[in-house]
Amino acid sequence: MNPDLKIKAYDLRKNILDIVIAGRCGHIGGDMSVLEVLMTLYDRMNVSPDRLEDPDRDRFVLSKGHCVEALYAVLAEKGFLSLPDILERYSKFGSPYIGHPNNKLPGIEMNSGSLGHGLGVSVGMALAGKMDGRPYRVYTAMGDGELAEGSVWEAAMAASHFHLDNLCAVVDRNRLQISGPTEEVMAHEDLAARFASFGWHVIRVSDGNDVEQLNAAFDEAETVKEKPTVIIANTVKGCGSAVMEDKAAWHHKVPTQEEYDQIVQDFAARKEALRCE
Amino acid sequence: MNKIANRAVMCEVLMERAKRDPDLVVLCSDSRGSASLAPFAQAYPKQFVEVGIAEQDLVSIAAGLAVCGKKAYAVSPASFLSTRSYEQAKVDCAYSRANVKLIGISGGVSYGALGMTHHSAQDIAAMAAIPGMRVYLPSDRRQTKRLFESLLEDSQTAYVRLGRNPVEDLYEEGSVPFEMDRAVWVRRGRDVAIIACGEMVKPAVDAADALTKEGISAAVLDMYCVKPLDTQAVLEAAQSSKLVVTVEEHAPWGGLGPMVDRVVSENCPRRVINLALPDEPVITGESKEVFAHYGLDATGISKTVADALRG
Repeated sequence: MNPDLKIKAYDLRKNILDIVIAGRCGHIGGDMSVLEVLMTLYDRMNVSPDRLEDPDRDRFVLSKGHCVEALYAVLAEKGFLSLPDILERYSKFGSPYIGHPNNKLPGIEMNSGSLGHGLGVSVGMALAGKMDGRPYRVYTAMGDGELAEGSVWEAAMAASHFHLDNLCAVVDRNRLQISGPTEEVMAHEDLAARFASFGWHVIRVSDGNDVEQLNAAFDEAETVKEKPTVIIANTVKGCGSAVMEDKAAWHHKVPTQEEYDQIVQDFAARKEALRCE
Repeated sequence: MNKIANRAVMCEVLMERAKRDPDLVVLCSDSRGSASLAPFAQAYPKQFVEVGIAEQDLVSIAAGLAVCGKKAYAVSPASFLSTRSYEQAKVDCAYSRANVKLIGISGGVSYGALGMTHHSAQDIAAMAAIPGMRVYLPSDRRQTKRLFESLLEDSQTAYVRLGRNPVEDLYEEGSVPFEMDRAVWVRRGRDVAIIACGEMVKPAVDAADALTKEGISAAVLDMYCVKPLDTQAVLEAAQSSKLVVTVEEHAPWGGLGPMVDRVVSENCPRRVINLALPDEPVITGESKEVFAHYGLDATGISKTVADALRG
């Protein structure tokens, strides 16, 4: 694992913030909660910009497609996309950088945005890998609010039925959705038990914004045989600044100039604190 | 009288291809029997995926397979495939440019007395409205064979509706007129041009033959390619006749008729009559009884034409 990832996360948080400001839109709260999941994955997945069509590449599907700004920031960091280009064109007229993933862009495997699709698509991808005896792994990240979609559970039962141990799903468990706390909107308190009862190997990550904990979970997932793995990552919506943290209002919000300044300051302070650790 | 349903022909074509193409994958949602795909499942178990009664997942999994290099054929009753998994068809298949062929079996009202839950009289409208989604309703078994052979050669998303019942032959073995996305002139005529698709082509031809005996010269165009619509053929039909009649096993809105209307009204104004099912749950009965009830059989079509031309 790249030891600088923890610190790097705050640079990427700033990039996400700037993308949101540039486009005057974005799902900033979820971007911040899922960021370390994406960074950890792209740090370890067998995929790179010079092998976009490699049939053995690992696949990732952002099922919670509305958090595309975080994906853009990570793909830019890894050389798939250009950050200046994203900042210039995100959400603008005629732009390829829209508010949800689109596979016309390099590094994006599938179009998503309507919730509850990513797991089923990932099941198909993992199944293709099994059919062809290919070594690749398939990852997907879902939101916890998204789990109310019935299609998620259709896919969950298929994944274990087909013994897809090359499939690993992550639940970005930030406990907030657009209307408020997930447990008030539609409760998932027994999430681990639900996935386990569907035949999945379940890994709970107490701090899903900690790349070390996430890496350990992905390591464990790779050792599991005959079963798909779900990582329930307890994250913080809006992670990185007290301005946004754990506030449902920041599900989709463009910061004011004052908020922006404070958020940037908070990111810098946390980055500095990490440096001193 | 032909006893072989179009779905059985689909199975034959897919089995023939599976022999030499390990990337061909067929998926069903507990529908292998009604899709006539049990022989495929038995002969090629490694290329057959059963997802259970889960149509949304059926289409998502098919899309995931397709973007990893598989030629995915997702086969499920048209009623469920075109509505329950509509968003998966839109997002995971067409929008994501996945090589998925969605095959709606027992389409239209061919489930008869099972009722509206099992009818798919809205599938053309639904599927044709998706950007990038092609829509095909082959008429007879030999055209179905040619269509599937052609679909196996391309890499774009498509929706195909197949009926449940065997359809009387329209084309001769060995001389099936078929060019992808080009409608077929089954009859040529000067007074009326009947444009039909799927199971409606045969009654349209029978109606044309009956009209000829009455001294009305009737053309029949087999518009198996509803989208992309063969607009050139539609214009030729309008230009070369006094009246255009469309016939389809579909709701009155959003199907073949309104698509033809649009082309004709924009380019070559001519009277067009749209024959279709009503905007309500259809009457209980077998396909043939239902068609006759709504004037979609040879008698009804020829009466409509004769009344219009004489009126």
